[in-house]
This record gives sequence, structure tokens and C-alpha cells, in this order.
Amino acid sequence: MRKITLSQAVNEALAEEMRRDPTVFIIGEDVAEAGTPFKVLSGLVEEFGTQRVVDTPIAEPGFMGIAVGAAMTGTRPVVDLMFGDFLFLVMDQLCNQAAKTHYMSGGKLNVPLVLRTNMGATRRSAAQHSQSLHALVAHVPGLKIAMPSSAYEAKGLMKTAIRDNNPVVIFEDKLMYNDKAGVPEEEYLIPFGQANVLQEGVDITLIGTSSMVQVCQAAAEVLAKEGISAEVIDPRTIVPLDEETLLKSAKKTSRVIIVDEGHQSYGVTGEIASRINEKAFYHLDAPVLRLGAMDVPVPFSPALEDITVPTPERVADQARRLVRGELIHAA
Amino acid sequence: MSAAKKTHNTEDFLQMYRQMARIRTFEDNANQLYLSAKMPGLTHMYSGEEAVAVGICEALRMTDKITSTHRGHGHCVAKGADFKEMFCELLGKEEGYCRGKGGSMHIADQSNGNLGANAIVGGSMGIATGSAFTAKMLGKDDVTVCFFGDGATAQGLMYEVMNMAALWSLPVIYACENNGYSEYTRTEEIAAGSILGRAQAFGIEAHQVDGQDVLAVNALTEKLVDRCRKGEGPFFMELMTYRYHGHHVGDINREYYRSKQEERDWKENRDPIIRFRSWLVAEGIATEAELDSLNADIRADASAAVEYALQAKYPDVSEVDMHVYAA
Repeated sequence: MRKITLSQAVNEALAEEMRRDPTVFIIGEDVAEAGTPFKVLSGLVEEFGTQRVVDTPIAEPGFMGIAVGAAMTGTRPVVDLMFGDFLFLVMDQLCNQAAKTHYMSGGKLNVPLVLRTNMGATRRSAAQHSQSLHALVAHVPGLKIAMPSSAYEAKGLMKTAIRDNNPVVIFEDKLMYNDKAGVPEEEYLIPFGQANVLQEGVDITLIGTSSMVQVCQAAAEVLAKEGISAEVIDPRTIVPLDEETLLKSAKKTSRVIIVDEGHQSYGVTGEIASRINEKAFYHLDAPVLRLGAMDVPVPFSPALEDITVPTPERVADQARRLVRGELIHAA
Repeated sequence: MSAAKKTHNTEDFLQMYRQMARIRTFEDNANQLYLSAKMPGLTHMYSGEEAVAVGICEALRMTDKITSTHRGHGHCVAKGADFKEMFCELLGKEEGYCRGKGGSMHIADQSNGNLGANAIVGGSMGIATGSAFTAKMLGKDDVTVCFFGDGATAQGLMYEVMNMAALWSLPVIYACENNGYSEYTRTEEIAAGSILGRAQAFGIEAHQVDGQDVLAVNALTEKLVDRCRKGEGPFFMELMTYRYHGHHVGDINREYYRSKQEERDWKENRDPIIRFRSWLVAEGIATEAELDSLNADIRADASAAVEYALQAKYPDVSEVDMHVYAA
């Protein structure tokens, strides 16, 4: 199978959906000729024109609001939010308007829009360009949240998101834009709410989101050499969450670590851990562990930034101790 | 009253009168439901501002869109909604426009192009502009009117979307209902400079109009809607009007921010319905008796709708998690 980058995969997904459905359009800052700072959208304006690849002023709440109104009246906007950190700027339009419109109208109005944005630290971009804020929006009923972990996932999830009749937020890890993976030439979609078991195991379950899937896979490789068999699972979407697959694995291995790049407190790791505790308690041999980003604003200095996010070494270390039966109190 | 356009016939004028009277009657009934503790929550009365909603909506087609506000019953009625579904919604009943999930502050009636009231002040400005974006992108000649109050002119979103609407020549009309008060504060205390000047700064043609004169509002709106359909939008209107009640129905003792004398003056001397009624009679378009009979019919309709809504079913509890996500 051919290998392409995550960036190319997203670009292909958008182009295919825009060819398929003339109501799909892209709106955001420097999305047209510039193709965004990450160049993910390069070439799209040449094919689809500036009517469908729409450059906006630097006004995140404004273009988010326009996308909500456009979605309510018969189009499918893909909003490009240059950095995930800018979510704080669009909160009213996303969470008070887009997320609630279908419910508040008793099901009469739909808001089929996609908000493409990114996440991920260690790019030396400091506290306002490095956050992973998916848990923040996952808290709001009415939004769906997708977290692709590879080029293959990014393409399939984006195509599904565009066809979904709800507001969907997709978080791409900005450090993965150049990562290549096998992506078929033929069309495919990845359904929401179906976790992917990347590797089967019997001793411990490692659940990772986005780039943390790679971290879990690397940890699993190390553990395998020591005779510890780890199961690695990617939920793909945290809303909807495939609880069934996660619980099934937890019951099988009896030990679980959840790894996510959002802040550890009040985050995705806590939510998943809690569901496993509530629904698989008698199958567990150890407390479910959370590994999130440190509860600090992301620091600029490389010496500090690198220690704020989970690494394969830390995941392997915690897994080893859990399997040995050590009583671990999470940091 | 301003001179009427020749294109209007008797039925057009009576329809404007009927719609204004329907709004006033709706609000009188809603207020009674609140005062008699039959309505959950609270609500914001549109009484006094009828000529704004009616003058504008009578210049629109059913397929044109509007976005409304927390003070939105008037817009909803003017855009074609029925009393029965509206009162059911206000009382949280299953047959309400939103199956009781929205209530007074979120009534939407998409079948008549009402994209919904909004409980965030200024929250619908993006939505209205986006609706106009859709019309342009899909090549339709629909126009969108964004209703908002003077209080919303302090929100930043307004300036972001007016900038884009002007850059892209979108068919949207920003209709600022200036009723003199931003909640419990006089507009002069929250608005620096000129409200019209803010739109003009983006190169948007802006007009101030007497919002108590339904014919003046209607004539201006017809011109602007027509020009919007030809791609000459966006436009901005500041409609000078007055809110008879407090900010909401519970805002009873309000002399600390405005006098009873001021309220009396607007009600007695500038009421949009009384003024239009006198004009209709003076022009020989309707007799006092005909208008009395029309009012009596509207009151009977409203009473029947209120009675129906009071007896109507609440939604089944199984609906609580329905409509969180669309299929």
C-alpha cells in the first residue's frame, strides 16, 4: 500500500468530499493560497476556488459564527482553526450555539459542521500554541470529538466527520503532519464510536489517544521484550466513546493505563478510568492509572517542556510496576 | 405616518395591523401566564416594539431568514408562527415549536425561516451572517435579517461579522432595535459615539428609522431587501423604539433607571398600534368597528391557544436525551 503523510491524508479527504458534495466548503485564516501555516490545504484553492476555500480576517469567533449559520441553512462548512488554543476564542459559537441548536430546536435544525484544529506539545511553541484541549469540548453535549492517530485514521475520520449531521471537532496532532502511514487509494470511511485494537495482549491494556497511541505502541514493544503482553487500543473518537471495546479489554487484562496529552486533571484519562472502575471493578487487579500532561501551562524551554507529556519510558515503567503488583499512587 | 407605497393594497395594511395586534395580544397573555405563575421560568416582553418586527417581516418572503433575540416573541409571530405552538413552547409542552426544549428564549420556527431566538446577547450575529453566506454560495436570492438590541452593539462578534459581510457583499440586514435600554442601563451609558457610524466604518450603508412607524419601517426594509437580492448588501438599520415592560417580566420596580412619566409618554403618544390604527381609519382603509372586530378575533384566538397549551401534554420523560445528536 502507498504511504502518505497525515497532512496529505487530510488534504485528500477534504478534496474527495468537496468533489462529492458541492455544499462542502472550507473557511478560516490563510486557508486559500497559503494553504495554512502547516500547508495541509495546499492546492485546494486551485481546484475549488476562493468561493469554497474562503480566507477570513483574523476573527475566530466571527468565522466560527458564520460557519454555524451556514451549516444551519444548507451547507457543510469545514472550519479551520489554526491552533487548538484558539478554541477559547470560539467557545460561545461552538458550545452555546452549534452544540445546542439541534436540541434546543427539538430536532428541527441541524448544524453539520467540522471544526478542524490541532493539539500537541513539544514543538517549542509555549503556552498559547501547544495545548491539547479536547477534554474541554468533550464536556459539552452535542459535539462529537475525533482524535486521529495516523494518516490512515485522519483521512477516514475526516470523511466521516464531513458527512455527519452534527458539529464535529477533529484534533490533529501538529507534530504528526509529516508522519507517513499506509493509506489505500480506494475510498474508505472510519465510523465514529468504534475503537481500534491495534495490538492484542493479555497482561495489561494501554489506551491512548492521538499521538499517545504511538507512545503506547512503543511502550508495548519494550514490555514485550520483558515478557509483558500489552493490548493497545485507540478509541478514535472520545465522543462517542466505544465503551464496550474498552471494558472488554479491561476485563480481559485486569490492568489499564490511559494515556492522553490533555492535562491530567478533569480530563479524558479520568473519564475513561472512571467508567472502567464503575463497570469492570470486579475484574480489575490494580487501580486504573491515568497518564496525562502535567497540570502546568506548557513551558517554552525544551528542558521543561519535554517532561510535561507522557513518554514511552514512563508508560512502560508504570505498566511494569502494575503488572508486578506494586501499589502505585499516580503522581 | 409616512406615506404608504402605492403597491400596498388594503389587505397588506390590514395584515400589518393584524400582526402588530397579534404580537401585543400574545405578550399580554404571556405576561398573565407569568404573573399567575402558570409559566415556568421568565420571559422578555416585546410590547411597544411591534412596528419593528412587523414592518420588517412584512417585507420578507417566507424563504427569507431571520435570527431573533431573547426578546423574540414579536419576531416569531411576525415571521408567521402560530399562537398554539408558541404558547405550548412557552409552557414547555410537547406540541411546542421545539417540543418544549427551547422555551421562550429559544423559539425557532424553521418552516417560516426563523432560525431561532438566542439567549446570548449578540449571539446570533454570526448565524445570520452565515445564513446570508449560504444564500450567496448556493446562488439563492434569500435575504437574512439579524434582529438585535442596542445592548448587543457592545459585543465584539458584531464587528467581526459585519467586516466579513461587507468584504463579501452578503445579503444580510442588521436590524438594531434601539429601545433605549441595555437591560437596566440607559443606552447612552453603554454606547460611545454613534451606532450607525459603527456600521458605516465598514462601508455598510446605514439608516436610522422611527421604529414606531410601521409604514416607514416597511418602506425602508422593502428597498433594502430588494437591493440585497441584487447583491448590494449588507445594510444596517437602527430602529428607534421603546420597551413597555422591564428587561424581563420580573423587572417591575424600575424607577431607579427610568421614570413612569417617560413610559407613559411613549405609550400614550407614540404607540405603534394606536398610531397605525388612526391612520387606517383616517385613510378610510378600515372602520373603527372593523378593527375592533379584528382585535376581538385575535383575543379569542389567543385565549383558545392559551387554554389549549395549559391542557396540553408535557413531553414524555424519554425525550430528555433525544435530539442531543442528529441522525
